[in-house]
Amino acid sequence: MNTIILSAILGVVMMLSSTFINDKAAFKYIASIGLALLFVFNIAESYGFEIFTINTRQLLHFTKFGLLFNSICILATLLFTMLSGRDIEAVGSYVAEYFALIFFVLCGVGIVTSYTSLLMLFIGIEIISIPVYILTGSDKRNLKGNEAALKYFLMGAFSTGILLMGIALLYGTNGNFNIIRVSRDIQPLSYLEALGLVMLFVALSFKVSAAPFHFWTPDVYDGAPTVFTSFMATIVKVAGFAAFIRLFESRYGNMGGQTDRLIGLVIVLTLAFGNLTAVFQQSVKRMLAYSSIAQAGFMLFAVFALNDVAKEGLILYAASYSLATIGIFAVLVKMKDYSFEGFNGFAQSQPLLAGVLVVCLLSLAGIPLTGGFFAKYYMLSAAIKVGNVGLLVVLAVIFAAVSVYYYFRLIQAMYFKEGTVNFPAVSTSFKILMVMAAAAIIILGVFPYTLLQYLYF
Amino acid sequence: MIPVLLICIPLFTGIIACFLPNAKTAKSWALLASIATLAVSLLSIGLQKSSSQLMFDASWLPLLGSRFTVSLDGMGTMITLLTAISFPVIFVGTYQNSYQKPGAFYGLMLLSQAGLMGVFCAADLLLFYFFWELALIPVYFLCSIWGGEKRIAVTFKFFIYTFAGSLLMLLGILYVYMQSPSHSFAAANVTNIIWAEGSQNSVFWLFFIAFAIKMPIFPFHTWQPDTYEQAPTAVTMVLSAVMVKMGIFSVIRWLLPMFPDASAHFSHLVILLCVIGMVYASLIAIKQDDVKRLIAYSSIAHIGLMGAAMFTANASAIQGVMFQMFAHGINVIGLWIVADVIEKQTGTRKFSELGGLAQTSPSLAILLVIMALANIALPLTNAFIGEFLMFSGLFTYNVWLATAALVSIILAAVYTLWMVQKVLYGENKDVATLTVKLPVGTRLMLIVLVVVIFAFGVFPQPMINLTTGMVSSITAQIK
Repeated sequence: MNTIILSAILGVVMMLSSTFINDKAAFKYIASIGLALLFVFNIAESYGFEIFTINTRQLLHFTKFGLLFNSICILATLLFTMLSGRDIEAVGSYVAEYFALIFFVLCGVGIVTSYTSLLMLFIGIEIISIPVYILTGSDKRNLKGNEAALKYFLMGAFSTGILLMGIALLYGTNGNFNIIRVSRDIQPLSYLEALGLVMLFVALSFKVSAAPFHFWTPDVYDGAPTVFTSFMATIVKVAGFAAFIRLFESRYGNMGGQTDRLIGLVIVLTLAFGNLTAVFQQSVKRMLAYSSIAQAGFMLFAVFALNDVAKEGLILYAASYSLATIGIFAVLVKMKDYSFEGFNGFAQSQPLLAGVLVVCLLSLAGIPLTGGFFAKYYMLSAAIKVGNVGLLVVLAVIFAAVSVYYYFRLIQAMYFKEGTVNFPAVSTSFKILMVMAAAAIIILGVFPYTLLQYLYF
Repeated sequence: MIPVLLICIPLFTGIIACFLPNAKTAKSWALLASIATLAVSLLSIGLQKSSSQLMFDASWLPLLGSRFTVSLDGMGTMITLLTAISFPVIFVGTYQNSYQKPGAFYGLMLLSQAGLMGVFCAADLLLFYFFWELALIPVYFLCSIWGGEKRIAVTFKFFIYTFAGSLLMLLGILYVYMQSPSHSFAAANVTNIIWAEGSQNSVFWLFFIAFAIKMPIFPFHTWQPDTYEQAPTAVTMVLSAVMVKMGIFSVIRWLLPMFPDASAHFSHLVILLCVIGMVYASLIAIKQDDVKRLIAYSSIAHIGLMGAAMFTANASAIQGVMFQMFAHGINVIGLWIVADVIEKQTGTRKFSELGGLAQTSPSLAILLVIMALANIALPLTNAFIGEFLMFSGLFTYNVWLATAALVSIILAAVYTLWMVQKVLYGENKDVATLTVKLPVGTRLMLIVLVVVIFAFGVFPQPMINLTTGMVSSITAQIK
């Protein structure tokens, strides 16, 4: 509860602060302090300290998993703000409002990680989506950005319609919005219920850009201001998975193999589309957009398996994927040239940052000693635990091998090719933060329990 | 404690070496570090009796059932000794070579040694996988930064090939883990699973493909000649002397004990592939015009024989494989050092441009001939012992396959002597440029290698005693 209310308040505070403060650079610090505060109170809640005691009448239920997920999202946002705050200022003149929107997104994250009623799911998803539509179009002078925002909004509105229809069908069959499982045994679905569930599945797949509902992703990620792409590709995306797993671990989960085939098919399609298309990209930004689709395919294994291993895996995946992607975007934002060639010779001029980027890329590729390895490891072992998934996991690792191709292209450009890079001077604190992010990725890759223990304390 | 030292010395000295700016300091630092590792490794032979020193166990991922367990048995001691010897020999043998960014070069070399040591010491399947991947990353950077003209594409092919293989192995590891009753990755646990009839078969292939790519066994060998050719020679030595042994070692350490039934079931097919690879690689080697490529193909043929012998489930053959792992590592480093000196000093490694070096550089000629004879396993050289044991095992397994494999031994004599003839004898096309003067360090290392070749060729027993316990436990597990 702390996170939901506090982030809403902080959003309003940010919005109003622009009337009193004229210095653009100040907002970054206010937002960072706000996020740190939010983080502390979110942690405090998992130790039982609540500022507001509100009877949610079974609309919301706070679990360790949800709160840990919030913590990861808040921390990732904090890292994002501290690394890219400068670049947010460069997008347009409404800096305070951008930060306000980011806080509202976190409010939505707090809701989708804790809902027990389909109504709250709907509200949470919308609270996340609407600020993101605005952020996509925040660079008003950029035609591509405008196009992206409009596209995202229209497609998003359409998927919201489907979500609502699905909720209505489920309400129609059950007579309530509640998703808590009543009995332990698996009941066969009625046709209406099945149709409603499929609609929810489609709508959420759209939000996490799973194929074949991913077509908006490359254009929107490419068109949006690069800083906000970083935010959308990480925090917004993993929040979608939190919503997903809450829905399917509830009464609508483990339908005795009734949903396996559908989810399995979506996983394979997502991995195939994401990885194979990423191979052909010439722009790093677009490559990252497709890579985010590919990574979503792996995260969907959590929804497929729905066991404890899968939940641990999703936590690890969210953390390591967010850290790595935010790290890469923080550098990319400052580049003039987004093409792979633009990175030629980067290791010569920025050896430290190049080293950090290598760690991030290795993590995304899933090489041991990085968090990305254990993330993929958990997903695969969750799936194998379900059993009878031979073909699915073999396809998944083959696509993981494909992903090495495009991640390593960036390493090749940075280290093995000659060129001059036009990279602005960065502050020492930026470098320290980047190194800390890389260190966190490596710690997750050697001792994943430093993070996972918070699920069980 | 010994295995931890074997991993940690190269690891930490390697990290430090990355920050050394000066070529000379980096070289001497790397040499000192590798000699320290060698000293520890020699110590481990002396400590064979006291097993507490050869084992280290610490908690790592308790909930996953994985522990940081490293240990050295006879085979582990033998192969870590090979790794420990190779690096100082390589560093001294290529001492005169200069590299851009020397600190990074020697640092990555040491890191790859740390990874290799980890692979050979790990007694926990997940830990083994970690090191298996980690040994690859430094080599990827080494080949891509300091390699030849086509280095980027070639190394990339090598990397993706092996990475795809190891991901399949990861699936296999997960599957084995799920099957194991106590859900742990410990070697003693995963090798004692009771499998249902035929259920080993598909998992066997997940592991086998990863190992076969690394060795490499036909038809997974296509990355190898290109990579050996393009990589800087020091790295090629690491690759062919030690890294390919990862595949062979892992088959004996993990694959055979974990899947005895499947190994027996598929042994015919695997041995057939190995023998095809031997003959095929030998035939291609004859056609080569390039010293490096010739050694690369010859290496495929040798590895093919080891691969075939491993799957015979015959004690003397497996003993031969263990011996030959060491012998091949020593011999191939010698060949590479000679090839490197020739290339550096004459500017070419093509047979068509070389010739008559015996007149101008007699000491090189003597050393090259000894290396060449060791390569074709002449009696008195160490390779003879290994190949003899392997062939005797292969003959009891199947006479026809052994005969086919013997063809490749004859072919080996053909291409190796051909190489000697074209490089050392014949007409010296341009006497002025075609002289090779052996630098002191290189000469010294070649002499050391020659001594080792003869020493183990005449007194193989100490090495056999070292590994014989492992051989009997493996054969017992298979039967």
